[in-house]
Amino acid sequence: MIDLKGYGPALLDGAIVTIELAFLSLALALALGLVGASAKLSGSRIAVGIATSYTTLIRGVPDLVMMLLFYYGGQVMVNRLSDAIYAAYGYDFFFQFDPFISGVVTIGLIFGAYMTETFRGAFLAVESGQIEAARAFGFTRFHTFRRIILPQMLRHALPGLGNNWQVLLKTTALVSIIGLTDMVRVAEEAAKAERMPFHFFIPVAFVYLSLTACSELFIRWLNKRANVGVIQGG
Amino acid sequence: MPEFLNELLSGNEIFVGSTIMEYWGGLVTTVQLVFLSLILGLILAVPLAIMRTSRNPLINGPIWLFTYVFRGTPLLIQLYIIYYGIAQIHGIQQTFWWDIFREAFYPALLAFTLNTAAYTTEIIRGAIIATPHGEIEAAKAYGMSWALRMRRIILPSAARRAVQAYSNEVIFMLHSSAIASVVTLVDLTGAARNIYSRFYAPFDAFIFVALIYMALTFLLVFAFRKLENYLLRHQRPVNG
Repeated sequence: MIDLKGYGPALLDGAIVTIELAFLSLALALALGLVGASAKLSGSRIAVGIATSYTTLIRGVPDLVMMLLFYYGGQVMVNRLSDAIYAAYGYDFFFQFDPFISGVVTIGLIFGAYMTETFRGAFLAVESGQIEAARAFGFTRFHTFRRIILPQMLRHALPGLGNNWQVLLKTTALVSIIGLTDMVRVAEEAAKAERMPFHFFIPVAFVYLSLTACSELFIRWLNKRANVGVIQGG
Repeated sequence: MPEFLNELLSGNEIFVGSTIMEYWGGLVTTVQLVFLSLILGLILAVPLAIMRTSRNPLINGPIWLFTYVFRGTPLLIQLYIIYYGIAQIHGIQQTFWWDIFREAFYPALLAFTLNTAAYTTEIIRGAIIATPHGEIEAAKAYGMSWALRMRRIILPSAARRAVQAYSNEVIFMLHSSAIASVVTLVDLTGAARNIYSRFYAPFDAFIFVALIYMALTFLLVFAFRKLENYLLRHQRPVNG
């Protein structure tokens, strides 16, 4: 076992922060993706316009710039809001816009845009006859979605979803730049203090590598399960 | 500074001539970094992709490991390892390499090049594998050697299949290059961070730079669409 110079527990805590961050962002991204895809397919011009500008905007701007904007800008917004509340009601409060929240919000927003595209394609892949049949059976819109569309679209969404998750996992490293003490941050501080960059960054790289490798296996298993009833053409 | 710009910006505290020039400097650094790493990455990726399709595990294996490691870890970690690690290589500070790698630009260029080479290798490999078998058989029947087959048949048709995925990689690289600002490089993002901390104006500093990135992205999307049209011109409908 390699000697981590007493930084072992801190690195482990950092790894847990990274994983929490990744899962929370994923949840937000999935929710936003479903909403975005529904909006894109709703046929309402306003909803389509909003969803399209959302995905276009996100795909044009680097994730780090977005994160810096939310982190520093978010604090300024909160400060302005609390000033306004103080001026109006005399109620004083201070809210620290911390890196974890900014990270979840930014990563969730960015991958929400990618998920929107993935889900949109998957929704379109569900045969319209299936939806018509459900409507003919008197299913409500919600029931049609839950019982007919969702189970069938998941199979088409999974490959794209898996790719997005792998990229998301690696994007979490960026949150160390705005000061979150995830494992990258701990490793950076340790590497600088001990002047041993390889010693601390390579284990962190291995943690990321094993996370992506495990995800790959899990996604492959999910794919197999989702495609159980499908006879593949040659 | 041109006269009209000075007039346009009068009465503005943040976007004065010197800040605009700082952004311009950042733009130059970003474009240099992204362009050079993409070119070098592509040059590396073509032979690597050909070797990656080899059936010999001694050739194929190391390349697989390289792409797996570089695609499975964050670019930020790769950048940190190279940037902080190079100074630790024993004796490097006495050689001429130190003059090159002492500046942040070259370690960043190396990290970006290796990263994009890994992704591009897999893109090209996928395109090479998807070559229709009949094309290769026909080339063999014509008596083409391996090298000629590769040059005339496989690589050109692989390029057509790869261009779509490669355009995504290029845009991905442009966006990833923003992390160069964490190793003291003043690229576009670095300029924005400097200007933010000088004026404490996050919205002005970052939204402006976001717009520049967006313009660059759409320029690339447009250029790649043109390239794709050119490469796939034989598939266009006759009277389309």
